[in-house]
Amino acid sequence: MFNAAFYQGMEAVVISTAALLLTLVGFGIFVTIFGVDPFDVYYILYLGGFGTQISIENTLTQAAPLMLTALCTAIPARAGLLVIGGEGALVVGGIATVLVGVHLSGLPPALGIVVMGLAGALAGGLWIGAAGALRQYRGVNETISTLLMNYIAIAILYHLVSGPIRDFDQVLKASSWSISETFMVGTVPGLDVHWGLAVGVVTCLVLFVVMRHTTFGFAVDILGGNQRTAQMAGLPINRMVILCCCIGGAGAGLAGTMEVIAVHGFASDSLVVGFGYAGILIAFLARQNPLAIILVAILLGGISASGGLMQRRFDLPDATTAVLQGMLFVMVLASNSLYGRLRFLQAREA
Amino acid sequence: MTGADELGWWGIVIAVLGGAIRVSTPYLFVSLGETLTEKGGRVNLGLEGILVMGAMSGYGTAVLTGEPWLGVFVAGCAGATLGLLHGLICNLPRVNDIAVGISLFVLGTGLAFFLGKPFINPSAPRLPYLDLGAWSSYPQIRSALEINALFIIGFFLALFLTWALKNTRWGLILRTVGDSADAATALGFNVNLVRTLGTVAGGFLSGVGGSFLSLYYPGTWNEGLSSGQGLMAVALVIFARWNPIYCFYVALLFGGATALGPALQTVGISSNYYLYGAAPYFLTLGLLIYSSSTKHRMAGAPGEVSISR
Repeated sequence: MFNAAFYQGMEAVVISTAALLLTLVGFGIFVTIFGVDPFDVYYILYLGGFGTQISIENTLTQAAPLMLTALCTAIPARAGLLVIGGEGALVVGGIATVLVGVHLSGLPPALGIVVMGLAGALAGGLWIGAAGALRQYRGVNETISTLLMNYIAIAILYHLVSGPIRDFDQVLKASSWSISETFMVGTVPGLDVHWGLAVGVVTCLVLFVVMRHTTFGFAVDILGGNQRTAQMAGLPINRMVILCCCIGGAGAGLAGTMEVIAVHGFASDSLVVGFGYAGILIAFLARQNPLAIILVAILLGGISASGGLMQRRFDLPDATTAVLQGMLFVMVLASNSLYGRLRFLQAREA
Repeated sequence: MTGADELGWWGIVIAVLGGAIRVSTPYLFVSLGETLTEKGGRVNLGLEGILVMGAMSGYGTAVLTGEPWLGVFVAGCAGATLGLLHGLICNLPRVNDIAVGISLFVLGTGLAFFLGKPFINPSAPRLPYLDLGAWSSYPQIRSALEINALFIIGFFLALFLTWALKNTRWGLILRTVGDSADAATALGFNVNLVRTLGTVAGGFLSGVGGSFLSLYYPGTWNEGLSSGQGLMAVALVIFARWNPIYCFYVALLFGGATALGPALQTVGISSNYYLYGAAPYFLTLGLLIYSSSTKHRMAGAPGEVSISR
């Protein structure tokens, strides 16, 4: 017979798939109103997101930072916190990467890249960890503090790139000094996708194992399920909450590092493009499960990647994919209320 | 010789004051809207999407009909519709209101950019303003004292809501539902219905706030119109301690702080421009850290609101 975990997994798959299909129907009706055949749109969505080698590479490139920023919400959420500071953690991670990369330009490349990654992760981790500590020791609501810290991080970034660390040779837009060419990482072998994808996938896999198969992960799930129980079991709640925040923040900080060392080479407003906010929703769609985050990020990356093709083919605005994403988010969140209610998906008591 | 030279440092004060009045209006409306929503016990983080949707629909209506006030009304209705969506989804069991808010943020901005594409070029009639500075010969003072109509409406609305929340039957019902769902249920009120109505009213006001952006200042429709005023609503409301008249003061404070950077730039002080712009966020975070405690809730916070616990 099947065990309870199997039924839980099936339940998640069935409900999520149903929500996805319903969204596609709703989106089909939406584009029909604007005079476009919905089945053409579905085909272009598939073609632009997953149909060819190039579109798959586009999709994976879009998905890479989202996997890491989603962790910023997902890991603290398992301990019962709602952190929405991925955007800010990504930005401070990017800033730290540039500062370290520029000042340690004498290091051998391999070591320099590792140090930059550590700097980004540390900056992001401390950033969100501080919000966790404020919550545990001062009772400051973590949702609001991380929201405010997003704006503060962005202001610090703009301040730094408009003066203190500005590269005045870059005339097109305000950007920081560039890190040395040798510190840039290229693409994953065999694919035209930068290394951020590998970092994202590996980080998600590692955290999946940690959260699922270690004592720490089990303890966090107890804490997230019921704080009173965790207290009775004598778990170090404060330390666990702060550690979860640090891990999540480190993920988003690492996303900032990868944006710098794999895409831009410097810090600028290109870091502030909403990866952090998209990550929040991916975390919710993935039900805070790091393994599911990989899949959901790729799905959403595919939707974004098909935007350009959709625009060219049907003359629909580029915001079309944002409408689809918004509909999907609303539908999946609403479908959360179905869990535990569909009789045929519940584990039977023997 | 320009006015700025003659006015000297007073020029900065006047520019900040004028900026406060001009920039604060959307802050005022979204924070009043969020107050109504949160008084009922829910948080709507999707006001950013509603704001942008309101800006688009208000502008579109004004372009098509030539009636800016009709635009304001349509913007409010668009906001109320999105608020209704938020309210209905949150009525379902085990749905997180903050997550729904963020999804509305994505959906609202996406819809606004999608539907607003044709309105980027045409220009719409502007909302009227009250010219209180006509006596002055300084252009700075004159432009600072052009008080827009929505600001005045917002001020009286804040006064009215302060009174209504305290003294009317509806205000009492809303506050009861927000403070204790159990008590409200025991008294026979439909908690979900009241909260949904609170969110709809909040959405209406936020939509109106959005129409200010496109119909008065900056007074045009494009995709970079909002600079996060909607997302900040939640923080503003905490700063204002869930009190509508404090929302008015806090909106002025945030507006003034936003205007500080550009004002200093006009007299040649351009260093730390962005840090001045972030002053409201530092201020709010500082206040939050100062007034929070692990022992009790923040003063004035509705008991059922997730962010006050």
